[in-house]
Amino acid sequence: MRVVLAEDLFLLRDGLVRLLQAHDFEIAAAVETGPELAAALAELDPDVAVVDVRLPPTHTDEGLQCALDARRKRPGLPVLVLSQHVEQLYARELLADGTGGVGYLLKDRVFDAEQFVDAVRRVAAGGTAMDPQVIQQLLARRSGDDRPLARLTPREREVLELMAQGRSNAAIAGKLVVTERAIAKHTANIFAKLGLEVSDDDNRRVLAVLAYLDHGR
Amino acid sequence: MTMDTKNGSGRTTGRGIGLAAVRGLALALVSLPGAVLCFCLSLVSIALIPIGVGIVTTPYALTGVRAFANSRRVLAAEWGGVRIPPAYRPLPEDANPWARTFGMLRDPATWRDLRWLPVDMTAGFVTALLPAVLLLYPLEGFALAIGLWRVFPDGYWYGFVPVTGQASAFGAAALGLVLLFLAHFLTPRLLGVHFRLTRAVLAGDQGELAERVRVLTETRRDAVDTSAAELRRIERDLHDGAQARLVAVGMDLGTIEALLDKDPARAKELIAQARRSSVEALTELRELVRGIHPPVLAERGLGDAVRALALRLPVATEVSVDLPGRAEAPVESAAYFAVSEVLTNAVKHSGADRIWVDVHRADGMLRATVTDNGKGGAVIGAGSGLAGVERRLGTFDGVLAVSSPAGGPTMVTMEIPCA
Repeated sequence: MRVVLAEDLFLLRDGLVRLLQAHDFEIAAAVETGPELAAALAELDPDVAVVDVRLPPTHTDEGLQCALDARRKRPGLPVLVLSQHVEQLYARELLADGTGGVGYLLKDRVFDAEQFVDAVRRVAAGGTAMDPQVIQQLLARRSGDDRPLARLTPREREVLELMAQGRSNAAIAGKLVVTERAIAKHTANIFAKLGLEVSDDDNRRVLAVLAYLDHGR
Repeated sequence: MTMDTKNGSGRTTGRGIGLAAVRGLALALVSLPGAVLCFCLSLVSIALIPIGVGIVTTPYALTGVRAFANSRRVLAAEWGGVRIPPAYRPLPEDANPWARTFGMLRDPATWRDLRWLPVDMTAGFVTALLPAVLLLYPLEGFALAIGLWRVFPDGYWYGFVPVTGQASAFGAAALGLVLLFLAHFLTPRLLGVHFRLTRAVLAGDQGELAERVRVLTETRRDAVDTSAAELRRIERDLHDGAQARLVAVGMDLGTIEALLDKDPARAKELIAQARRSSVEALTELRELVRGIHPPVLAERGLGDAVRALALRLPVATEVSVDLPGRAEAPVESAAYFAVSEVLTNAVKHSGADRIWVDVHRADGMLRATVTDNGKGGAVIGAGSGLAGVERRLGTFDGVLAVSSPAGGPTMVTMEIPCA
């Protein structure tokens, strides 16, 4: 799997390269500025891009803009955005086109190599990887005035949180130490309570949940 | 002793009168041609700006005017004890003639100088000359009495006395004596009048300046206090938070090193713990950074930073932003934290279920309005968050207005001047 990596801090870039290589990713390019990233995304046609939000030369949200731009040119181009902080605002922009294949994680998540690599793979496969903090922000914001959300049981809420992060039923089951069938039952309940259309497609299911949390119905 | 003192003071007064007369005469002789020359040159030079010549000559002419005015400032301080502080705006060293010319013409002090010149060549000239006249004219009266009257056989007017013979010549001498008596009192004061007149025309509006200085002193003190308190808070947070956690991580790593061979299972446990500590340290640093300068603000500017802020609120908040370009970083930051504080207040105290935020820029002002449909009754009082916001905005000459009738709604408006 070919990866384009953009990160301006040498130590982190180096660490990410080694981490990804150790997990059998091929690093097509590891760049440090916005223009370099734009060029690499246009020329190398990677399977997935791992991008830091803030890049030189402007040190603003150059990386995010490059990623969004590349996705406009090639819809569905899998992009995993890393940042020192997460903002719902940015998550919304990444999810806006509704095609999936996006990830948005705190840099801290790299500490857990297995989970991070799993997130990269998931995004590359067209799935979603939202940082738990984004989901918590969404839930905290909506829990005040949202009746359907208040009707969820604590367990269902837990499942909803993990699902919104982009995890599959199998992964959720593993995490909560229950059977996959139990999770399937929970998700069915959640969808019924929130009034969402049930879908067999994992990715579309996640996007529906995220859209629900972000905008309500 | 008493006699000595009297004599001494008498001599001093006499010298004072003489000195004042000489100074006045010198001033009058220099100021009239100087003022006329400066005034004409400046006017001609400014009039020539449209055809280009003036752009080159005006800086020189105006610099000459300033030098002339400055020499008068020095004399006013030395001779009259009258301080006239110069208030010219500094010009960049490497400015081209164009920037120099218009920079000087935009300076109100330049126009005060040009207003002063005609005053100086008329009223200023008279007040400077009078001391000398009051001292010299009586001498002519005495000369007439001694015999000068004989030179004018057809009669001569000394003041209002027609001198036709010895008797009327003595009359002229008497008038001279009266004038000399007046000179004794008036001469030094007349020179003072000259310098005070100069100050009245040449100096800026002192009252306004004094008020400005007062406000600046106050807001500077507030700014220093606030930033010192902020630094203390940051120091404490770092010390008790991230720093302590990193120490723990280092210690864990040391222990892990020792345990690696002896007890791998325990070492593995400690590695997990070290990782947790480092994640916690990062979380704390992130919160701290958000309090110092929110990353969204750095990355996206005020508009999106306020939008991101609204997304974090538990109350439904509508944000509308109309900002062409980005304001200066300190202004952006001040506006952000002001809006943030007002929003926090609204969420905590108003009981509102809807908030509207409007941020826009108009007429050189950055204006932010936060409106909620809560119960109202918000005041800018001691200890309230709003008072803190007002202080913070004060540093930027910003203002805060609160409209919050009991029963609501509450509308808080903040304005910061920005170029």
